[in-house]
Amino acid sequence: MIYAVLSGFVLALLAPALYRLSARWSGVVFSVFPAILALYFLSHMEAVVGGEAVRVAWPWMPAMGLELSFNLDGLGLLFALAITVVGTLIITYAGSYLHGHPSLPRFYLFILMFMASMLGVVLSDNLIALFIFWELTSVTSYFLIGFEHDKDTARAAALQALLVTGTGGLALMAGVLLMGQIGGSFEISALAADNAALQGHRLYPLVLALVLAGAFTKSAQVPFHFWLPSAMEAPTPVSAYLHSATMVKAGVYLLARLSPVLGGSDIWLYVVTGFGAATMLASAYQALYQTDLKKILAYSTVSVLGTLTMLIGLGDKLAIKAAMVFLMAHVLYKAALFLVAGSIDHETGTRDIRNLGGLRKTMPIICAGAAVGALSMAGLPPFFGFVGKEALYEAVTHGNLPVTVIAVLTSMLLFAVAWLAGIRPFSGAETHTPKHAHDPPWTMWLGPVFLGCLSVLFGFMPVLPEKLLSAAASSVLAKEVHMHLALWHGFNALLVLSLVTFALGVLVYWQLETIKRVTAFALPAVHRGPSHWYALWLRFLNWSAVGQTRVLQNGYLRLYLATIMTVTAVLAWYTFLTYGDVTVVAMDWGDIGVHEWVVGLVALVGAIATVRAQTFLRAVMALGVVGYSVALIFVLYGAPDLAMTQFLIETLSLILFVFVFYYMPPFKRFSRRVVIVRHAVIGTAVGAFFTLLVLVATSVQWHPTISTYFSENSYLMGQGRNIVNVILVDFRGFDTLGEITVLAVAGIGVYSLIRLRLGKGRGS
Amino acid sequence: MNSLIVLPILLPLLVGAACVVAWRYVAAQRILTLAGSIVYLAVSVVLLERVASEGIQAVQKGDWIAPFGITLVADMFSAAMVATTGVVTLVIVVYSLGSMDRPREAWGYYPLFNILIMGVSGAFLTGDIFNLFVWFEVLLISSFVLLALGGERAQLEGAIKYVTLNLVASAFFLAAVGILYAMAGSLNMADLSQRLGSAADPGLVTTLAVLFLVAFGIKGAIFPLFFWLPASYHTPPVAVSAIFGGLLTKVGVYALIRVFTLLFLNNVDYTHTIILWVGAITMVTGVLGAVAQYEFRRLLSFHIVSQIGYMVMGLGFFTPLAMAGTVFFIVHNIFVKTNLFLVSGVSHRIHGTYDLKKLGGLYRAHPWVGMLFLLSALSLAGVPPLSGFFGKLVLVKAGLGIEQFVVVAAALGVSLLTLFSMTKIWAEAFWKPLPEGTETHAPGAGMGPMLGGIVTLAVLAVVMGVAAGPLFVLAQQAGEQLTNPAPYIEAVLRVRGGS
Repeated sequence: MIYAVLSGFVLALLAPALYRLSARWSGVVFSVFPAILALYFLSHMEAVVGGEAVRVAWPWMPAMGLELSFNLDGLGLLFALAITVVGTLIITYAGSYLHGHPSLPRFYLFILMFMASMLGVVLSDNLIALFIFWELTSVTSYFLIGFEHDKDTARAAALQALLVTGTGGLALMAGVLLMGQIGGSFEISALAADNAALQGHRLYPLVLALVLAGAFTKSAQVPFHFWLPSAMEAPTPVSAYLHSATMVKAGVYLLARLSPVLGGSDIWLYVVTGFGAATMLASAYQALYQTDLKKILAYSTVSVLGTLTMLIGLGDKLAIKAAMVFLMAHVLYKAALFLVAGSIDHETGTRDIRNLGGLRKTMPIICAGAAVGALSMAGLPPFFGFVGKEALYEAVTHGNLPVTVIAVLTSMLLFAVAWLAGIRPFSGAETHTPKHAHDPPWTMWLGPVFLGCLSVLFGFMPVLPEKLLSAAASSVLAKEVHMHLALWHGFNALLVLSLVTFALGVLVYWQLETIKRVTAFALPAVHRGPSHWYALWLRFLNWSAVGQTRVLQNGYLRLYLATIMTVTAVLAWYTFLTYGDVTVVAMDWGDIGVHEWVVGLVALVGAIATVRAQTFLRAVMALGVVGYSVALIFVLYGAPDLAMTQFLIETLSLILFVFVFYYMPPFKRFSRRVVIVRHAVIGTAVGAFFTLLVLVATSVQWHPTISTYFSENSYLMGQGRNIVNVILVDFRGFDTLGEITVLAVAGIGVYSLIRLRLGKGRGS
Repeated sequence: MNSLIVLPILLPLLVGAACVVAWRYVAAQRILTLAGSIVYLAVSVVLLERVASEGIQAVQKGDWIAPFGITLVADMFSAAMVATTGVVTLVIVVYSLGSMDRPREAWGYYPLFNILIMGVSGAFLTGDIFNLFVWFEVLLISSFVLLALGGERAQLEGAIKYVTLNLVASAFFLAAVGILYAMAGSLNMADLSQRLGSAADPGLVTTLAVLFLVAFGIKGAIFPLFFWLPASYHTPPVAVSAIFGGLLTKVGVYALIRVFTLLFLNNVDYTHTIILWVGAITMVTGVLGAVAQYEFRRLLSFHIVSQIGYMVMGLGFFTPLAMAGTVFFIVHNIFVKTNLFLVSGVSHRIHGTYDLKKLGGLYRAHPWVGMLFLLSALSLAGVPPLSGFFGKLVLVKAGLGIEQFVVVAAALGVSLLTLFSMTKIWAEAFWKPLPEGTETHAPGAGMGPMLGGIVTLAVLAVVMGVAAGPLFVLAQQAGEQLTNPAPYIEAVLRVRGGS
């Protein structure tokens, strides 16, 4: 099974090279791979529905509890089949849809990588591995949504999807790590087996919030749903695959997978059900207002995702059963409808339903596929969508009244939406379209027709998928359940509810314009709101980024220096005053001789004169005074070598400075008085601190110094009478090596900087 | 056998000196530098292997026993840094062969480059606090000359800010070392570790710690001391930007980690809390700075600051796991950040600009350059399964483990913004159609070596992710050593003699 997941990544990397072998039939060639995977997963059907889970594990990063452990149970199998079967159809379709596109080779790269990641998500038992695949689906979808990257809108939509799902992803990451930390394992199976520690922990609400943030953003729950309709910028095969059948269901998958671990609590019930219910109704309502075929489908997808979330939130046996049936029905009809929309767009040149009509004559095969999809979506018998809706009604009527009302209203709206998207473009009179419509090649009608056939087949014979769906529900409920699906349940309350829904749906479709006009007041809140916040947030982000950078990185060296000095002064003084001890300073002021006072005062005067000087020359002279005074101090304290060096350096630099500065004009005072005072305060604070610390240092000696060793051994072992020399060339000769290097580099630097002047005035 | 530790310092010195001798023969300098960096890499890998299998290695320079002579020490952290240096050096040398302009090559690029590497190695390997200062001096002078070499106006402006602020840091560092020596009477870090642990006035040790924090904080470019970095790193030729951005800044972080895991442990509640929050603010301001940029290399430069924050945050958590994560993160970041600069050089080679608004169309024209950029950019943003993800994963786990929720939230937010600004480069330079008026040059000769370097580092970003398990075992060794100084101290103070 590891190979089943990972081979997709390998194939993805090879895809651009393989593409060259057969550009014409690349779609068909690449679709062989998911087809084989689908057969592989089907071959495990027997074992899985029999209750056996297939499990394999490879260590990846044991120290972090990260393993590539894959677990194929009912839920995993259901998703794996959806991914691979739909994947086969999509890749076949895309080969023709994108035929001749310059980036087609890399389309295969990203779509195959996406498919492999998606399989990784639904098969991983290890939470960190699951998260890794989860992030990969976000990233690959970024490249797939932005596939037509010459368009600004495509780039913006790709970014939006990435940021929204990425934010959720990071929350999920924290949630996953906390779950592992509290529960003691990163294996979902282990956590599910013993969820008491997790659910009883004080951090449980935080963990739940983080995980739900991940799931809700991925599965486009209100108020994070806005990225999904924007993502319709993607080429249609991508929308059909990512945004209906697979990726957006990853969030639902995660909720289902983790419901044995995190579910069952009151917060879970209210939050998950609440978000789901709000999403299903709000998005179905928004779908009515769309005129772009793909956007209609996108909003209806969001609505279904809400329904699934709501059902998982309810979490009882009926609800989970309904979720699984509904999910399968949705995969079958929604992928088909997306592919139909793509074919219409491809063959007519438009996706606007106001410009489409009468296509039943020119595109009969597509029309058939669309009709089946739409009727299944509308929940009409004998299609599988009806079975799904019946299951939904059964679940909510056992739940509570508000949810039932929302479910009926949503189904009513989706009925109308299904008509808009799947029936209307084909009915009525023919319209004039940019391109003359005709049926696409077989590669592009295979998908809708195949999926349509399954919708009919499963509708008439729901017993076929029954075992798989039971196994999936068993995984979610963590106990074995068996469901019995039938098209005809007899004449009961559920059927009445369905009939009412149909009647209302017809009414909505018939009076669509009136209803849109009457309820338009609610649109801004659900429709423009969240995406508006997103835009605002982006603006705020850029604004604050530019603002803070302008303040911090302002370009003025003096402000940088002032900041650094202020930080040093504040931090050092605070630390010293909090933890230090001034009383350790043992100074005997009477011990200081007159000549020492004089030297000290001269140095001080020199320093003050330096900062107050009006010309470069005076400043340099005053600085020289400071330097000589320091050298004198060396003389007074018995360091003649040091003093000699210092005198030489002072003299040399003074001469050099004089040469350089002779031609310089006097200083100009640009600083205002307050700035000068501020700088004086900062400088004094830093200077005073170091003075104090040096005073402390002269009074404190915690341990015997190593210099005793030097004085004892310099003659005996170093063969030199001058300790300083021996230290420099022997004890610490390595330092000297470094310092010599510094001098050499300085020499090279001066030479090269003077001689090499590239591109004068060519600054950036 | 212990001469192994000296080689990473000596080898670049010798090659650098040889390059000076061969001043007029650029071809000879190229060959010497290339050969030198290959040998360096081999040596550094052997050293890493030795430390991994035999534990901490130490050698006394000039045979003077510790703590009186200068000690060179290679623990896991040092060895990993030196090995990383080896890889990056070789890559940049190869890249330079294709990208460096003739005048700079003829005016000392190779000698300076070698001395810079010598300084980096010295800083990573020394066990003596004053010797560390010396290596910082070597680094400062060689990096300053490299930064200014060529004398373009923008270069000089950047170089002035660079050298001024770094000299301030050096002055603080030197003053702090002097005062430390006066109080504790030693310069050997292992010895100091013991002496400071039993100091009579722990408050003064804390005060000194803060001084070191400021000094290395400037060198390592943390908030609010990082100004010199975004002011200068985008000005020199791209190979120089790359080695600075990738490697040089991490020397400051290395020093910070070294002293705050070995010397200043008497008031961890205070010092490491400051470090933690400074790290958090650094990563936030850095990434916001990046978000505001539209110049390829300036954007990357602000990211350096941001990721320094990540590393400093790891030091602030200060658990074995966090330190292991920090080491892993630093190594990853050096590879990836270097590579992003190298890619910016390719886009500059093709379109003659670093301005993202003027760039475009690179993905369609050069899809494989795009893929190489993506591997590094996504790794930087912490996208799995690339190297950056695992660094982030470990650090976040470490933070959650000690319930530092606010800092962890900041770290995660920063990683999102990193992704955001990487997609900005991607969308502007690669996805967007090429704006009218931007020139396009034939890549010409030299593209081969440039891409060779980029491919190597991109592959490493993948390998560090795929092989995160075994590599992290090494990082864990480093993390253990950094949170328990005893073996380090023992390794240093027991050694007698060597080279």
